[in-house]
Amino acid sequence: MTITVAGVKKEVNDGLTVAQLVIDEKVETPQYVTVTINDDFVENSQFEEAVLHDGDSVEFLYFMGGGQ
Amino acid sequence: MIKLNRSDYEKILAHAKNEAPVEACGLVAGEISGNDKIIKKVYILTNVDHAEEHFTLDPKEQLMAIKDMRANGLVPLGNWHSHPVSPSRPSDEDKRLAYDSSASYMILSLMDDEPVLNSFHIEGDKAEKEELVIEQD
Repeated sequence: MTITVAGVKKEVNDGLTVAQLVIDEKVETPQYVTVTINDDFVENSQFEEAVLHDGDSVEFLYFMGGGQ
Repeated sequence: MIKLNRSDYEKILAHAKNEAPVEACGLVAGEISGNDKIIKKVYILTNVDHAEEHFTLDPKEQLMAIKDMRANGLVPLGNWHSHPVSPSRPSDEDKRLAYDSSASYMILSLMDDEPVLNSFHIEGDKAEKEELVIEQD
């Protein structure tokens, strides 16, 4: 199936989960990355269960914050 | 080196002053040319902490900004935030929460009469000041 990751189309195996995609994409510090599928936010606790489908668009967003 | 247009600097400054004493924050995007980062667009985002000593970018606005960057052929270069009453240097919390080592972390201090903007490369607990050039448009 074909999905779009950060604006780039990719061929991936059917049944791919967000958790596996995070590994495949070598995402740094994944515990601090927010994932969206078709603009819907996926909780980190749901990465293992969230299965991707043909045509899905995925974004990785780094948490950005701090304090003085 | 990281380059910022004067008008974009003024945009950041005006928003930070308006938000003070709450910290203001946003993203910067543009082009990379060799070792230089050239900021082409500044994004004003909501600090969802609405706090005087903390900031967190609104994830929904962050997503919209990333899409806008892509649509305009820009790449994410980093983020910026204000320190209303402390110096323009990364706090321990800023360093601890700097998860993207490829990003520039810009900090605008409003503690003195004259605002100070610096940009930093942060990796682990080490922060290195980047050469920042503010150019006339």
